Amino acid sequence: MNETSFFDGLIGVASSYAGEIDFLILVVLVSVGVWFIAAEVVFFWLILKFRAKPGEKAQYIDGKDKRHKRWVTRPHFAVLAFDIAIIVISFQVWHHVKIDLPDNPDSELRIIGQQWAWTFQHPGADNVLDTDDDIFTVDDLHVEVGKTYLFRLEATDVLHSFSVPVWRIKQDAIPGRSITGWFQPTEAGAFEVQCAEICGFGHGVMRAEVHVETTGEHTAWMVTNAPAAVANLEVLNNG
Amino acid sequence: MAELATVPVPPPHAGEEDHAHHGPQGWLKYLWSTDHKVIAMQYMFTGMFMAIVGGFMAYVFRMQLAFPGFEVPGFGMVSPGEYNALVTNHGTIMIFWVAMPVLLAAFGNYLIPLMIGADDMVFPKINRLSFQVFFVSTVVILASLFVEGGGFAGAWTAYPPLSASAEYNLTDLGSTLWLVGVGLEFVAFLLGGINFITTLMNSRAPGMRAFDVPVVVWMIVIASILFMLSVGPLLAGAIMLLFDQTIGTGFFDPAAGGDPILWQHLFWFFGHPEVYVVLLPAMGFVAEIMTTFARKKLFAYKTVIFTVVATGVLSFFVWAHHQFIAGIDPRMANIFTITTLLISVPIAELCFVYIATLYGGSITLNTPMLWALAFIAEFLIGGVTGIFLGAAGATIYFHDTYFVLAHFHYTFFPIAIIGTFAAFTYWFPKMFGRMMDDRLGKIHFWGTIIPFNFIFIPLFVLGMGGQHRRIYNYEHFTELAGPGFQNMRVLATVALLVMLLFQLVFFYNCFKSWRSGKRASSNPWRANSLEWTTESPPPHGNWRPDKMPVVYRGPYEYSVPDRDDDHWPQNAPN
Repeated sequence: MNETSFFDGLIGVASSYAGEIDFLILVVLVSVGVWFIAAEVVFFWLILKFRAKPGEKAQYIDGKDKRHKRWVTRPHFAVLAFDIAIIVISFQVWHHVKIDLPDNPDSELRIIGQQWAWTFQHPGADNVLDTDDDIFTVDDLHVEVGKTYLFRLEATDVLHSFSVPVWRIKQDAIPGRSITGWFQPTEAGAFEVQCAEICGFGHGVMRAEVHVETTGEHTAWMVTNAPAAVANLEVLNNG
Repeated sequence: MAELATVPVPPPHAGEEDHAHHGPQGWLKYLWSTDHKVIAMQYMFTGMFMAIVGGFMAYVFRMQLAFPGFEVPGFGMVSPGEYNALVTNHGTIMIFWVAMPVLLAAFGNYLIPLMIGADDMVFPKINRLSFQVFFVSTVVILASLFVEGGGFAGAWTAYPPLSASAEYNLTDLGSTLWLVGVGLEFVAFLLGGINFITTLMNSRAPGMRAFDVPVVVWMIVIASILFMLSVGPLLAGAIMLLFDQTIGTGFFDPAAGGDPILWQHLFWFFGHPEVYVVLLPAMGFVAEIMTTFARKKLFAYKTVIFTVVATGVLSFFVWAHHQFIAGIDPRMANIFTITTLLISVPIAELCFVYIATLYGGSITLNTPMLWALAFIAEFLIGGVTGIFLGAAGATIYFHDTYFVLAHFHYTFFPIAIIGTFAAFTYWFPKMFGRMMDDRLGKIHFWGTIIPFNFIFIPLFVLGMGGQHRRIYNYEHFTELAGPGFQNMRVLATVALLVMLLFQLVFFYNCFKSWRSGKRASSNPWRANSLEWTTESPPPHGNWRPDKMPVVYRGPYEYSVPDRDDDHWPQNAPN
């Protein structure tokens, strides 16, 4: 599932809703682009056309006449129409990404921001969060491609913001609250997490990675990193 | 003049002879003067000094971003903590100590009495107090940069819990001084705002009706009203935050039952109207300059005033668009998406009115006019990019990226820099009695405008590429460290250096013109409004006692048919 967007070359598209957000941005770009170019063209044309010439007086237009005023009122109704179109599409995207959570997510995660690292709590083999086989990692999130994830985003000290640019996901993490969101990765690979809310001295290095794996890779990772297996390994190493 | 402070409604043109000889003499007059023009200059030069400070900060962190790991000449190595303090104080200083004092306080003070035909503000002592409080706030914010631990480093928005506890921000004294400085600055502008509003209401020249007042005066006064209505909650919030920092209260501390998001609401309830507080004076300058140099009546004067009032009202209902993904109820984002996109309508209308004013004009492209036109051309970019960010769906991606940063610099730079240069070059002959060198002015203009675009267009692209703000070194991020992105950072930094270099032309031009420029007549631009009916520079009391103006018409009667002269001053009986 390799969608293309006008961000091609700048940044990848790697989640189910990234394409929708890009489409909204494209719609805005086209509608405001038309206005912007039209306004600038008229503006520069007027400056060129009405340069002062010796002996020629400017016109006296007070803008009260309806015939003149409509040059301003009609465009502004048109601006309103474009605004409404943008609002409608923005609502759809916003609802899909931020309000309508998936009914049957494949799995659930907990993401915890603290100065200056991300802790990820994976549900482990039983696929239930907050049980003994949960896998905790720091700065490495492991998910399976194509699966839908519900996450609970928390913070322990100050505000942080969980942002994975290729997924177009961003949500602030707030101490004292647990914010629910979702994502569905569509591309396998390793992608970067940036903290998007200034969180102190180490904000600039608060980087993590998401590892989007195929089913086989993900199962293998779960097996080697299951708490029991890790404990055994530690016994072997220390023993 | 001092007596007037206690007189609720001063009679027009009161006390002319008295106050010419009252008040402190010598250098003391600059410290204790109640003359609105002296206070305006105090605000102007303090603001310009702070612009140099804020510009130096931009130089340091742009150098760090372009050449990470190298010493910045004139500063040294930039640590992550210092980087955070630099971006924090750059934003704080540029908005609260440059845009506000220069656009609102300096030009408001200078222009309001002169343009409405008054001899001074109605509360001259409050006016002086306003500057003195502002001056103290300047000392406090500058001091905060040099205390142990360094300046506050929690971003100019100062979100708690980071800003509330030294345990988190590591700048114990810096963050407290920052908050005290900002709080004092608000007090100064509350005092100034009272004066602006009262003066416009009570001290207009005989004959000047509400719609004979120049647009810039309306805009500055409406901006003051917006400021005074919006700053209360933030001032209260600032005191709550100060208590959280110093005496252990927990207004914004979730562990103590507080709520960090409450601060964001208080901050942005002020923070968004604040954008219009600084925008309106700049739009006012542009209206005065465009009408003068296009020799045109302002298109639809009343529409402009009513549109500005509508913008002002609407600006109180858009604040949460800064918080779409901050953890507010996501359903709230719908409401704020609607209000935010709606505010584009009056702002677009204002731009259309200004563009329409050019139609049929007789346009002279001198330095002030170039600045005024550049304001429109550049501000349009800031305006249209705001639509991306007003749409909540797109903000999921753009929030806190360089796209946002580039967007608001395309609004604030036209407002605070282009608008200021437009006004400064336009009113320079009135302020200092000398003409500015137009050729040097144009060199400075192009040397500022072209690099400005080369700074911020690359930053739009970086933002689209997913680069977040306030990160001191992008080498740590593999997706952002590539040569394509790094080249854009270098381009932006080099453009900034070029732009800063060209500011030397401005200072040289100011100094040279002030010393040896051509003497300015009272009305060198053949403009209509009242400040051009007195000497350049105006005497104490603004007009000679027997020459106080009387107003017969609005300020934009240019190129009136059947008149030989293409301007018609407001005070000319016929």
